[in-house]
Amino acid sequence: MPKARPVVQVSNFRKTYKKFVAVDDVSFDVYDGEIFGLIGPNGAGKTTTMECVEGLRIPDDGRISVLGLDPFRDIHMLQQRIGVQLQEAQLQKRIKVKEAVHLWAKLYGRKPSDGEKLLEQLGLADKRNAWFMTLSGGQKQRLFIVLALINDPEVVFLDELTTGLDPQSRRAIWELVRGIRERGKTVFLTTHLMEEAEKLCDRVAIIEHGRIIDMDAPEALIRRYCPERAVVLTTDDPTAETRFSSIPSVDEVTLKDGKLTIRGSEESLVTQVIQCISESRIHVTDFRTVLPTLEDVFLKVTGHSIRD
Amino acid sequence: MLRGLFQLTWIEIKVFFREPLGALGTVLMPVLVFVLLGRFGTNIAPNSDFTSSNVFRVDVPVFAAILISLNAVLSLVAIIAIYREGGILKRLRATPLRATTILTAHVLVKLLLTAATLTLTIFAGKRYYPVGADVPLVSFGLALIISTWSILSVGFIIASIVPTARFAQPVGAIILYPMVALSGLFVPVEAMPPTLHSIAKILPLTYAVSLLRGMWRGDAWGAHFSDIGALVLVFVICTAVASRIFRWE
Repeated sequence: MPKARPVVQVSNFRKTYKKFVAVDDVSFDVYDGEIFGLIGPNGAGKTTTMECVEGLRIPDDGRISVLGLDPFRDIHMLQQRIGVQLQEAQLQKRIKVKEAVHLWAKLYGRKPSDGEKLLEQLGLADKRNAWFMTLSGGQKQRLFIVLALINDPEVVFLDELTTGLDPQSRRAIWELVRGIRERGKTVFLTTHLMEEAEKLCDRVAIIEHGRIIDMDAPEALIRRYCPERAVVLTTDDPTAETRFSSIPSVDEVTLKDGKLTIRGSEESLVTQVIQCISESRIHVTDFRTVLPTLEDVFLKVTGHSIRD
Repeated sequence: MLRGLFQLTWIEIKVFFREPLGALGTVLMPVLVFVLLGRFGTNIAPNSDFTSSNVFRVDVPVFAAILISLNAVLSLVAIIAIYREGGILKRLRATPLRATTILTAHVLVKLLLTAATLTLTIFAGKRYYPVGADVPLVSFGLALIISTWSILSVGFIIASIVPTARFAQPVGAIILYPMVALSGLFVPVEAMPPTLHSIAKILPLTYAVSLLRGMWRGDAWGAHFSDIGALVLVFVICTAVASRIFRWE
């Protein structure tokens, strides 16, 4: 990805609550048009960082700039140009969807029809007269996306957007987030779901205990920390194990429950295994590759699973 | 500066009336108390020459008015606590809505509610209190609005200190209702022991009662400048304190 202009710049940012250091010496840039993810376990400092970037909290130290503005000092100017979805925010229980959308449109100096159009696009048109409290978790989050997009913002902030949603709604929301990027907007999100980060983000920063451990494209992080890959296949060919062992890029072949697991660290591993199968005419009844994920990267760099 | 105030106020009014229990409790309760007390009063004092009749002619309306006012304040405390706990205040604050606009909308809703309840009460009470030309209802209504506005600022302080929405109503009641006992409605402030007397002197309800009583009797506004002054002072001080300790989340 070409380095575009940075729309969010954070350098040496620090935030403490009384004696607890929530975020310490954090620096990163978010570039125009990308989906950038701040990923890490709960309590790592993701929301604190995001809320300081949004101008909702004051940093103790460091510099933050969003679209060239100081988020805390220029908050009113900035608010017109950013869209915000907050973690665990709610609306009035008995406010109607259309009332919320019209209020937001008014606050940002937009036409009510702009809001109606977004409701249509995000599949909430038939819910416009429903009370907020009657919406499902996925519908609430879609409404919050509508509200975040109502002023046609340049940057959209999404804090733990899919937490608590079922896998189906989660996938639907991912599609919507990709749609936001396709409109040419920059997305800055936080998540503790590694799968979400890997599927959605162009670049991620792994944060733990208030510090950024590493930052890059998910595939680059996987290549850097977890180059190991494996092919798992089922065959009744007794010679298979030795044949696969003789492939130069293979580190290890193990046989368990009739399944051969072939491990290696080179990208060419899968190709070489397939070539070997083809050349030696090995009869294979099942074949699958196991590639490391961001979850494995997290385990590797922090020494523990994100679910701990 | 107050952009969106009208929309937000209108939404809050609608949202309030969509919760029937809250609306009924806040609006109908004072009306009911007033009517019951009135019936009780006319039963034991059928002739207006009975000495206690003055109590029922003047103090029952004032008591009902104070109840209306306190109900509005308690309802504000509860709503602010619920909105804070639910992250609604936080979400609203992350829009171009200014903090003062959000709180002003709630104050407006409560003042409108107070006026509406008072009007209902007066209609309901007409049977027991023949409202003659000698009772200046507009002045009385205005006095109640001023009193409520002042006490709402105390409500904001309470709303700032209650830990969760669950405690909002009881904590508010514990703080506000004892003020009624010291307000001079039941025992004249002058007749209280010195300690209670000085406490009563700093409570806004004491001045509210004095103002409301005077207005019901038909006093001129000029006779109650000190009461209004005290209520404004309470508003200024409490608003300043609340703006320092108020928590949005």
